[in-house]
Amino acid sequence: MELARLPISASQRGKLISAGYTSLSSLSSLSPSTLAQDLKISDNEALEILRVVSQGSRLDKPDGSHAIVNGAQTAWDMLHEEESLKCITTSCVDLDDILGGGIKCKEVTEIGGVPGIGKTQLGIQLAVNVQIPVYYGGLGGKAIYIDTEGSFMLERALQIAKACIEDMSGNSDFLQKDFQSCQVKAQPKDFLQNIFYFRVCSYTEQIAMINYLDKFISEHKDVNVVIIDSVTFHFRQDFDDLALRTRLLSGMALKLMKLAKKFSLAVVLLNQVTTKHTEGSFQLTLALGDSWSHSCTNRVILYWNGDERYAYIDKSPSLRSASAPYSVTGKGIRTATSKCKRIKIM
Amino acid sequence: MANKLISEMGLPTSIANIFAARNITTAKEALSLTEFELMELLDVGMARVTSAVAHISEIVSPPTQTALSLMEQRVQNEYMAGHLPTRLKGLDEALGGGIPFGVLTELVGPPGIGKTQFCLKLSLLASLPASYGGLDGRVIYIDAESKFSSRRMIEIGSKSFPEIFHVEGMAKEMAGRILVLRPTSLSEFTESLQHIKISLLQNHVKLLVIDSMAALVTGEYDQGPTRQHSLGWHISFIKSVAEFSRIPIVVTNQVRSQSHDGTSQYSFQVESRGETVDDHTRFDSHLVAALGIHWAHAVTIRLVLEAKAGQRFLKVAKSPISPPLAFPFNITPSGISLLNDEGIEMKGPQISTIHYQGHEDIINFDSERLQ
Repeated sequence: MELARLPISASQRGKLISAGYTSLSSLSSLSPSTLAQDLKISDNEALEILRVVSQGSRLDKPDGSHAIVNGAQTAWDMLHEEESLKCITTSCVDLDDILGGGIKCKEVTEIGGVPGIGKTQLGIQLAVNVQIPVYYGGLGGKAIYIDTEGSFMLERALQIAKACIEDMSGNSDFLQKDFQSCQVKAQPKDFLQNIFYFRVCSYTEQIAMINYLDKFISEHKDVNVVIIDSVTFHFRQDFDDLALRTRLLSGMALKLMKLAKKFSLAVVLLNQVTTKHTEGSFQLTLALGDSWSHSCTNRVILYWNGDERYAYIDKSPSLRSASAPYSVTGKGIRTATSKCKRIKIM
Repeated sequence: MANKLISEMGLPTSIANIFAARNITTAKEALSLTEFELMELLDVGMARVTSAVAHISEIVSPPTQTALSLMEQRVQNEYMAGHLPTRLKGLDEALGGGIPFGVLTELVGPPGIGKTQFCLKLSLLASLPASYGGLDGRVIYIDAESKFSSRRMIEIGSKSFPEIFHVEGMAKEMAGRILVLRPTSLSEFTESLQHIKISLLQNHVKLLVIDSMAALVTGEYDQGPTRQHSLGWHISFIKSVAEFSRIPIVVTNQVRSQSHDGTSQYSFQVESRGETVDDHTRFDSHLVAALGIHWAHAVTIRLVLEAKAGQRFLKVAKSPISPPLAFPFNITPSGISLLNDEGIEMKGPQISTIHYQGHEDIINFDSERLQ
């Protein structure tokens, strides 16, 4: 294994190489004081280097006391985990169906569509639905809403929260009486209190925010969903260096995936569309390019089919490609019914 | 925030000096590199890099607040919780009070339909004193097509608010609050914008109108990457002005005919063309809003003005808070007036299409009227 892959500083690496230690095996049975003498560094520094080396080489030991490959999990254990994965409902039966129950926790889902199709609506709906209490079948968690465009409308969030509460009280009539005794009537404002709102104004702030989320969520363990609306905006203009953009985006995607796995939360990224000239015609495609399209676990495209709004599972490791209709009503996202009369909001 | 200096972030002195020595002075420069790259560049161990990046990220991140605290802040500090009422009852109800602060509202429609009329009325409304329901502030009107008519604006004012305008000197006061800029080139416009951003708050500017965005941007560049780049910069800048100053910004846009047949589709739609419902909007209209899809994403509210069968309609085509409603309207001496406050709900993408039928009558009729 190469020394170049170890996370040590360049000067330390330089010293190791010039002292003749060119591979890990040469370091494996060395004592810190010998190394310190050879490299002319302090004992502590030598200890640090050896610690990093032993972590790195654990992967090579076939008969280590840990699992066969450090950090791996068997597929059987993962199956148990996957089956007990929680989902956040979208309030639309058909959409929940094709999503396998709803937006999955521990995964990054990208949702894209033309302007006006309902991306922000879905984002706000998820920020409200994640708060549905456990005894109603929800997660009872909090939401983080990272707004890069200023599209989060407070009045709309209030409306959606109110409709969600009404739906819950409507359903509770069917539940046993015991539930009602422990339930306190929730107010729409309480729902707003559980949405942490961050307004991000540049790509630097966006990257900083995603870095900061690790600390923030460790301090607020009840957050179950992170919604970024939209992940595209700050990366779409002003980027002369496309290579930098690709690097930053993939770095961001990795960090988000790590967050999703570490804290078992759902990450929802809203994306815009752009036109691409392929096969002689202009086609719509999600923005940010081809390499970004590999970064997310699941990809859902919202589109118009005639007069109806539809969602299409474009990419997913476990879900079938399927379309489902949904509608945006005064109450938020709901199941599409061709005969439903849309209610005017105010 | 992106340009915040690393030296001012309270990092431990040793690492702060290393950043400075390697010429990484702002947060933007530091965060544009991955942690491995930083490690190579700064020649420090992983642990120190990680903690430095975490520290910088925490400082650069926006402050934590909940949606509730944001709402309480707005209700307390802003007029009508952040809306400029248009005095068109149906529209105000649909938009939750009026044109919202802090975001871009777009008016798009064919020539002669009434976009400038609407802007004139809004400018007047923003300049009115608070006791009459206005924002009691200045208005900056960027008139790229030389359409601003003082005479017409005062006519609108006298007809809509006779009680104010007949008072001695009020017309002068109100008209005096509206500052009209006539940039002749995109670079002049850009410069004006930058000045405006700096002086907005201290000059009590409460509304910014850009009439029209399309004229400014399409004049100078051909289609393609240069134009997109410049438009992108302007979009970002105007949105940031709206955001930090919390004023409404109204932008008008032109229409153009579609360059290719039908609306674009996704690749999966093209494959399954047999199953999809035929999009009747394809054959119906050949007009679309100018400036492209990036612009369409950037505006928060899009109001489409169109003429169909001799009747004008104001459609709320994109709005986070309103269902897709269309209001028939007319242009009267006192500006725009809705014929029906209930609005007709439109299904599907029809709300975004722009019709321009029977327009000859409308233009001729109104130009006589407005003389």
